[in-house]
Order: sequence, then C-alpha cells, then structure tokens
Amino acid sequence: MSYQWDFAPVLARSNLLVTGLVNTIEIALISIVLGVILGLILAFMRLAQRRMLSYPATALIEFYRNTPPLVHFFWFFYALPVLANISLNPFVAAVLALSTQSGAFYAEVFRGGIVSIERAQWEGAKALGMKRSQLMRRIILPQALTRMFPPFVERSFELTKTTALASTLAYADLMYQAMIVNSETFRPLEVYTTIALMYVILLVSASTLARLAEIRMTAYR
Amino acid sequence: MNYQFDFGLLQDSFPVLLRGLAVTIQLWIPSIVAGFSLGFFLALGRLSKSRVVSIPCLGYIELFRDTPVLIQLIWFFYAFPIVIGVQLSPFVAALLALGLNTSAYSAEIFRGGIESIAKGQWEGAKALGMRPEAVMRRVIIPQVLKRMLPAFTNRAIEVAKMSSLASILSVHELMYQGRLLSSTYYRPLEILTTVALIYFVLIYPGSYLSMKLEQRMASKG
Amino acid sequence: MPAPILRVSNLQKKFGDLHVLRGIDFAVEPGERVAIIGGSGSGKSTFLRCLNFMDVPTSGEVELDGKILGKSSRAAPHDRYYPERELCAVRERVGMVFQQFNLFPHMTVLENVMEGLITVKKSKKAAARDAAMKELQKVGLADKLDAYPGRLSGGQQQRVAIARALAMEPEILLFDEPTSSLDPELVGEVLRVIRKLADEGRTMLLVTHELGFAYHYATKVIFLADGVFHEVGTPEEVLKNPKQARTRAFLDRFTEFSF
Repeated sequence: MSYQWDFAPVLARSNLLVTGLVNTIEIALISIVLGVILGLILAFMRLAQRRMLSYPATALIEFYRNTPPLVHFFWFFYALPVLANISLNPFVAAVLALSTQSGAFYAEVFRGGIVSIERAQWEGAKALGMKRSQLMRRIILPQALTRMFPPFVERSFELTKTTALASTLAYADLMYQAMIVNSETFRPLEVYTTIALMYVILLVSASTLARLAEIRMTAYR
Repeated sequence: MNYQFDFGLLQDSFPVLLRGLAVTIQLWIPSIVAGFSLGFFLALGRLSKSRVVSIPCLGYIELFRDTPVLIQLIWFFYAFPIVIGVQLSPFVAALLALGLNTSAYSAEIFRGGIESIAKGQWEGAKALGMRPEAVMRRVIIPQVLKRMLPAFTNRAIEVAKMSSLASILSVHELMYQGRLLSSTYYRPLEILTTVALIYFVLIYPGSYLSMKLEQRMASKG
Repeated sequence: MPAPILRVSNLQKKFGDLHVLRGIDFAVEPGERVAIIGGSGSGKSTFLRCLNFMDVPTSGEVELDGKILGKSSRAAPHDRYYPERELCAVRERVGMVFQQFNLFPHMTVLENVMEGLITVKKSKKAAARDAAMKELQKVGLADKLDAYPGRLSGGQQQRVAIARALAMEPEILLFDEPTSSLDPELVGEVLRVIRKLADEGRTMLLVTHELGFAYHYATKVIFLADGVFHEVGTPEEVLKNPKQARTRAFLDRFTEFSF
C-alpha cells in the first residue's frame, strides 16, 4: 500500500476530539438518567390494571421501538418547534430524542424484569399475608432489579452509540468534532479510525465496569 | 394552536417518499441476506479451536459491535476508499457498512444458538456414527435457526432502522427524501411525522412477528 | 365443641371453562388433622388454595369466625368481591406450605422466616429474630441461619418454608403436597417435622400422596374426585376399608408395584 498513514495532524487537534468525547459522555449520562425516570413511569403505566394507563404507554413504547432514532432526532429538532411554537438548540433536541427513545426501551427492560419473577414468589409472599405494595417492595423488585441489570446495561450501551446521531444536529459530540478535524486535515482515514478506536475504548471500559458491578450484585446466587 | 396542517402537500410528496422507501428496501434486504450468510461463517470462525482464526473473528465482531453504526457508514464512505484506492458510491458504501455490521451481530446470534444446543444433541448424533459436518447440517443448524428466529427477526428490524443513517451519506432512501422535502417546503411537521409513520408501518409487522414467534417457542418449550 | 375457624359452603371454582370444584361444604374444626387425597385434576390443590384465597372462589361462601367474607353487589349477587384487606387478614391466620417451597432467594434463611413477622405483623426486628430462631430450631435448621436457600437441599428448603409459616403463629396450617417435589430420601425429614406439629395438636390440612403418613397421623381423610368430596371418614375407614369403588381403585394404584 503506497498510502502514507499520518496521524500527526489528528493528534495535533486532539483537544477537539477530547472535547467531543466529553460531550458524548455528558449527553449519554444525562439521557440515561432521564430515560430511566421516563422508563419507570412508562413501565408502571404498562403494568397498570387500568387500560387508560396501559394502552397509551404501550402505544408510545411500540412507536419508539419500531421507528429509526434518526427520525426522532430530526423530528424533535425540526418538527416539534413548529408544533409547540418554540425553538430548541441541538443539545436539548438531542437529549429529548435520546431520553424518550431510551425511556421506551428501558420501560420494556423494567417491565420484563418484574414480569419474569415467577408466580411462585408472588404466592409465597401473598400466603404470608402481604399486601400488593409490600410484596412489590420487599420481594419482587429486589429480585427484578438484579435480573434487569444485564439488559439495562445493554440498552445503555446502545444509547451511548446512538449519541453519535447528535452530530447530525451539529451538536459538538465526538462524531461531529471528527468531521471538523477531517475538514481541517483532509485525513479521513486517520481521523475516523482514531475516533472509532476512541469509541471502542469508551464502550469496552464502560461495559467492563458494568460487568464487575453485575458480578457483585448477583453474589448470592 | 393555529397551525394549519397541510394535507395537500402530503398527497403530492407521497410518491417521492415511496421512491425513498424503495431505496430503503434495496439497502435492507441485501444487507440482511449477505450479513446473515457471512455471519454464519464468522460464528464458525469464532468457535474455532485455532486461535489464529478465532481471535481475528472476535476482533472483527467486537469492532462492529462496539462502535456506532454512523461511524461505520462514514468510515466506509470516506476512509475505506483511501485504503483500497477506489471511490465508492454512497449506496455501495452504505450497503457494505450495513452488510458487514449485520454479519458481526449475526455471528453472535449463531454462536449463541450453537452453544445453546445441549451437548446431548452432539453426543446423540455422534453415537449414531454421524460425521461432524452431517451433525451440523442435520441436527444442529435446523435447531439453531428455529431457536434463533426471534433474534434474527430483531436483527432485521434493527437493520431497517439503521438504513435511515444512509441518508447522512446522501443515499436517496426514505429519510433522505423526507429531509429534502421538509426543508424544500418548510413543512417538517407533516413530512417528518409521515416518514415516521411509514417506517412504523414497514417495521412493526416484523416486531409483531418476532413477539409471536417468541411466545410460540416459549409455550412449546 | 369450639366453633370452626373456617367454613366453606357450596364452594365452586372455575378456570375459564374448566369447572374444577363443583360444590364443596366443609368446616375446619380446631385440632383437626385432615388429609386430602385424590388423583391429578381432582381439585384437591385448588380446594386447599381456595381456603387462603391463593385461588379466589368463583362462587360459594367462605366464613371466617362465623362472618361471611367478601362483598357482593346487588347487580351481581352471586359474584363476590374480596377486598385485599380481608384476604390479607385471612392469610395472617392461615399458613401455607407449598410444593415448590417458594422461599425468597434474595434473603437468608433467617431473613425468610423473619420476613412475615416484620412486614405483615409489624414486629420489631429483635422480637422477630427470636421468634424466627425458635422456629428454625424446631425444624432442626438452627445452624443454617445465614445460608441462602439456593445452597440448601430440597428437604432443608421445605423445612425453612415450614418454619416461615409457623413464625406467623397460624391457627390453621395448609400443606399443598409438601413432599411431592423432594427426592425420596429427603421426604422423611420433612414428614418428621410435620409429625411433630401433629403431636402439638395443631389444626392442619394436608394434600398428600403419602398415604402411610395420612393413615398414622390424620384424624380425617377426604378422597376428592371430580371436584367434590367422594368419600370422607377416619383413616381406618377411607384408607383400609373404602366404601366407594372409585376410592378403592385409586388406592389400588399405590399397591401395584409394592414388594
């Protein structure tokens, strides 16, 4: 191969990439937190006996799961301002899109965890005379939380990858910064390979930490 | 809200959106066909006893699973041509990225499926005198395909959603047409909402099918 | 003669189109030890489970201390609605031991036994601990306080489950096939504990296939078939000299491969 790999121009602009990485982590963490809150609300709505609560929740969840994230990003940035007569900056639009998206997926993770606890556990607790609220708090949720953890980590992993879409709204995440560096250095091979590696390092470290946390949580099994 | 919903525009732009949908499908189907097929061999490579084969396969799989799809698309369009010395069209670059991405995820599905087939199946077949290739072909693979059908269906759904990212490379698929139309006519609310609905109609049947398959397999045991 | 604690009248239970219990009248007298036997699908577990409302009766009346439970509306006088509060009140006084033990895997043995006292009876932790340790000593598992259920054998888990039910000081104990899930060599240790409870004079109902145990320790045996009481009597009557042909056919199956 006669091509000369040259990472120097990329490294010279590493501060731009580091800024991008920091922004990526920031937007990911915020969206995870908001997504969890929304996910809890949606999960309990979905589990509710009343149809007025469960049907809208199900519809929202199914809509988000069956449409591409990019559509949500553009919709929140371009369409919502028209509907609500407001203007949104890229950061807010991206966070809204990511949180609602992840909220829908987290809702399914939470619901799945609760539903997966065998009937036997419900019966054991009911036989002692526990009310539904006590049963949930003392018996079902503690067990459900450990079960929810792996899919929760997986979903958060996907969310972190999806933050790259914020670049399409000109938010200064790692992907967007890479495009800037590329436009200054004209070295797409080095630039994009570098950030690919940066993403790998970020995601692998995060998932390793998560795995360690999971082992500690399930020590009693 | 004083907003006037412009239904006339929707009528006029529908054919354009449908053309975009056709391109989406042209990206989608070949990607999953090629991706699943390649993924099978990758899975075998990953399961190989020889580390010379299994480690590169693992590296490949992890690379595609631990980086955002967007960076993969961008890399294949901007960076890869430098490596091979040939400029790729946006469509081909997108197809390449989506196909290889799908192969990495499919490899993991196949691997999970093969490992989940109980050892007893291998032993039962070998005890009859079957050679390894025959065991694979007659006993293992049919069961893997059946068991992993929900996972494969989910993967197909994910690829359909990923295809929207090809719009970033200016591939004239559905998302691209949607963006073009909404900026041309300054009607993002109508257009983007319609685009979301078209994706939903395209993708939801797959989700529903996957859910029914999972229920059926759960009840059969 | 003291009044029955629990009484059911014309108890019916349907699961969709499946009519499992077809009219049962029964009163649980204090100090009684009732063994309930029958084939699969006869409704014996369902009958037991209706007594503490694990399964809610489709129709019929349930009386606790002479008071009929549940509410009915004028629009649907035969459909009774049982508020959670009433069901919890019944379950505090009626303990159940399940075939699959149903211990809480995320709590230790001691915590399992204490759980009902702390959460339902609102006991103080220290008092709950003392009560739990007493029951665990009774079932012979005082040395396993800090173990998790996943590490115990089936027989040990079932004994913990019995201790958990006993800690609530129930007036009636319900055993739903307590030894059916156990390996044969572990059945004995559980039956020994149940015998101890029998010797104490506790009121209990036992759905079981252990006919020998029923013969020696029950005060009354009920043979259930097709959702009704087919034959009722003392163990000597029902197990040794059954009057009904169906009862006899059922019992013969147990001696088919004896040696």
